[in-house]
Amino acid sequence: MTRKQKRLAVIGGGMSFIIIAVFLVMFAFSQSVAYFFMPADLATANLQPGTRIRLGGLVEQGSVKRGQGSTVSFTVTDGNATVPVSYTGILPDLFREGQGVVTEGSFDAATHAFVADSVLAKHDENYMPKEVADRLKKDGVWEDGTGKGMAPAKDAPAEKAPDQKGQVVGSTTP
Amino acid sequence: MIVEIGHFALVLALATAIIVSVLPVIGVYRRDANMMAVATTGSLVMFGLVALSFAALTWAYVVSDFSVKNVWENSHSLMPLLYKYSGVWGNHEGSMMLWLLILVFFSALVAVFGRNIPETLKANVLSVQAWISLAFLLFILFTSNPFVRLDPAPAEGQDLNPILQDFGLAIHPPLLYLGYVGFSVCFSFAVAALMEGRIDAAWARWVRPWTLAAWTFLTAGIAMGSYWAYYELGWGGWWFWDPVENASFMPWLAGTALLHSALVMEKREALKIWTVLLAIMTFSLSLLGTFLVRSGVLTSVHAFATDPSRGIFILCILAIFIGGAFMLFAWRAPTLKAGGLFAPISREGALVLNNLILTVSTATVLTGTLYPLALETLTGEKISVGAPFFNMTFGLLMLPLLIAAPLGPMLAWKRADLLGAMQRLWIFAGLALIVGLTLWYMQNGGPILAIFGLALGCWGMLGAVADLWCRGNFGKLPVMTSLRRLKGLPRSAWGTALAHFGLGVTVVGIVAASAFSTEHVVEMKQGQTVEAGGYSLTFDGFREAVGPNYTEERGHFTVSSGGATVSDVWSSKRLYTARRMPTTEAGILTFGLSQLYVSLGDPMDGGGIVVRIWWKPLILCIWGGCLIMMVGGFVSLSDRRLRVGAPSRKAKSVKPVMEPAE
Repeated sequence: MTRKQKRLAVIGGGMSFIIIAVFLVMFAFSQSVAYFFMPADLATANLQPGTRIRLGGLVEQGSVKRGQGSTVSFTVTDGNATVPVSYTGILPDLFREGQGVVTEGSFDAATHAFVADSVLAKHDENYMPKEVADRLKKDGVWEDGTGKGMAPAKDAPAEKAPDQKGQVVGSTTP
Repeated sequence: MIVEIGHFALVLALATAIIVSVLPVIGVYRRDANMMAVATTGSLVMFGLVALSFAALTWAYVVSDFSVKNVWENSHSLMPLLYKYSGVWGNHEGSMMLWLLILVFFSALVAVFGRNIPETLKANVLSVQAWISLAFLLFILFTSNPFVRLDPAPAEGQDLNPILQDFGLAIHPPLLYLGYVGFSVCFSFAVAALMEGRIDAAWARWVRPWTLAAWTFLTAGIAMGSYWAYYELGWGGWWFWDPVENASFMPWLAGTALLHSALVMEKREALKIWTVLLAIMTFSLSLLGTFLVRSGVLTSVHAFATDPSRGIFILCILAIFIGGAFMLFAWRAPTLKAGGLFAPISREGALVLNNLILTVSTATVLTGTLYPLALETLTGEKISVGAPFFNMTFGLLMLPLLIAAPLGPMLAWKRADLLGAMQRLWIFAGLALIVGLTLWYMQNGGPILAIFGLALGCWGMLGAVADLWCRGNFGKLPVMTSLRRLKGLPRSAWGTALAHFGLGVTVVGIVAASAFSTEHVVEMKQGQTVEAGGYSLTFDGFREAVGPNYTEERGHFTVSSGGATVSDVWSSKRLYTARRMPTTEAGILTFGLSQLYVSLGDPMDGGGIVVRIWWKPLILCIWGGCLIMMVGGFVSLSDRRLRVGAPSRKAKSVKPVMEPAE
């Protein structure tokens, strides 16, 4: 091989690796990206059963039912619509009624219930996942005062339990 | 008073940073040795001042001075002393102080150990370091001042986030920052070289130890963080492809590439421009990581407080440094002379392949991390890019790297014989396959990909052994002669072999833990038994316990195998009283390299409790491999050749023949 050919081979090899990587990334995006929905969005979303999504909202007061072995069912609400969710496993430590939650999973084709395979525990100090807080603010369900009041550590005295504050937001939902 | 001294020291450090940012650069321009010397003294003074300031903050934590807002927000008088120390960086302001402390620490190290570096280069490097310090000093003083007082002072603090009350906080952030921020030195060297418009193999020799040190610490920091998340979060996972994790992983990938390309530059004077670019990119990714974690665009355990002004400030720092460095690069790089030539099949060629794969996979991780943010900003649509995306793209892209890694060190510089190297290695490839199959058989069953993955990991391990085997010429020379040859090998060769071996170990751990883990989620009542990983766990009931600043319910499990009791394990639910925050403490039992992981869920009506039990075979290999990589890094760092610079260069470089710097 001449020097020019060698260089071409190297550049060609490199370029084809990069092109493969780009296609791989695009393919992976089309396969494995989960969109975020709130219960009210689902009426217009026209989802196929089995499509992985993230469902966010507030856990409705009094909706958490345990006692079916390790399966827990609860209702996620955004004030306008509700979606029943079932989940098998251990709920995160910060999961509470009346507070924000993000679940990931898909709708069961037969029962039309949302079957979650993960319930997200990554909350900020307001016990509210960012996606849910953003949407609640946008929809006007979230009151700034309420949001602040829910902060357990930063702005409120430490004695108040977060549960009490959780109910403040919970009460804004019908 | 002490707190005010700390605050004042920080302001003085700012003043020093301004001086060191300006004077040495002018000194280089005017060939004024005295002005250049300011860089060395100034960097040491700056380190002293920031250290004093940091000590003052630490003091406020240790004596629980709740009149300091930062201490009140993140500490509690009942907290164990260790967490009072580590709590200093368990919050936004304090962690930025740690960031700064390590930055000026590295500047001071360059000032002290950089005796063999030409004066002009050293002055410029220290100035660039001072620019970065200046930016972060301004950031701390204007948006994240940890010394703000409260009046009246509260009687009791609000406690540290319980998840952070762990030994992990004492070591994970310092190690991670030593790595993250350590790459600033490579960045400064790159920018300084671009300013001088001259770059050669000696440059790579000066930069490589810093890269190696930063890389070693970052490896340790990431591994430590991963293990911490594994045992603390109670989810049984050790890597979540969380954006914050990616933020530390990207500099690691780029840094690994830099480590390898600097090698080519040092030995063969090739890949110069690329190496400079990589040095800039690596630290840019560190800065990007700081932005992602500290600006509040993400929600995670790492993002402490969200304040938009901070995000904008860091974004500005990001734009100035990354943008500035790339503009300087675009302007000056064409004037740098390209270096030596080599055949595609050669050690250099293998290292180029390594760089290609590492940078492309870094880009992939970057895309996956930033795409959701970009999409939300542009269209308002919220998506999540999770583990499936990264496993598919990153996992596949890593395959050729893992296959090629053992071959690289076998190839000769300039022009090599791939067939020859393969011939020397085929026996090890065969062995790897056999060991992989055996491991698979021992774990009875599993997907075909897992067998391949295990064989690949073994290939990495055996390849490293083969490298040493061939270098020692075992089998051809008497054993004693071979051993002597091994002893005479440069430390860096041992370092390479160890690091590659460690990579193989980590791959085996990842594959085994992902493919062969078993998980049981069951409701258990007192006296019930569950089988997991060949062991039986019996739930014996709860016991109440009180810790220094929490109360807990501890569940006790007896572990038996074949009817005989082997061990027991506690797993508990804690409630931290100050924040009313519950946490789960997983019970972990180690059997060789495998672990049994028990995590408690919610109590049920009727006295039962949901229990999640994992059997994680060979999981300790993941972190063990990282530990071996780290040891490899340190062994390589102790190589004399890295420490002894090129004194002859010094005489040459002082000659005022270079272009004036800006």
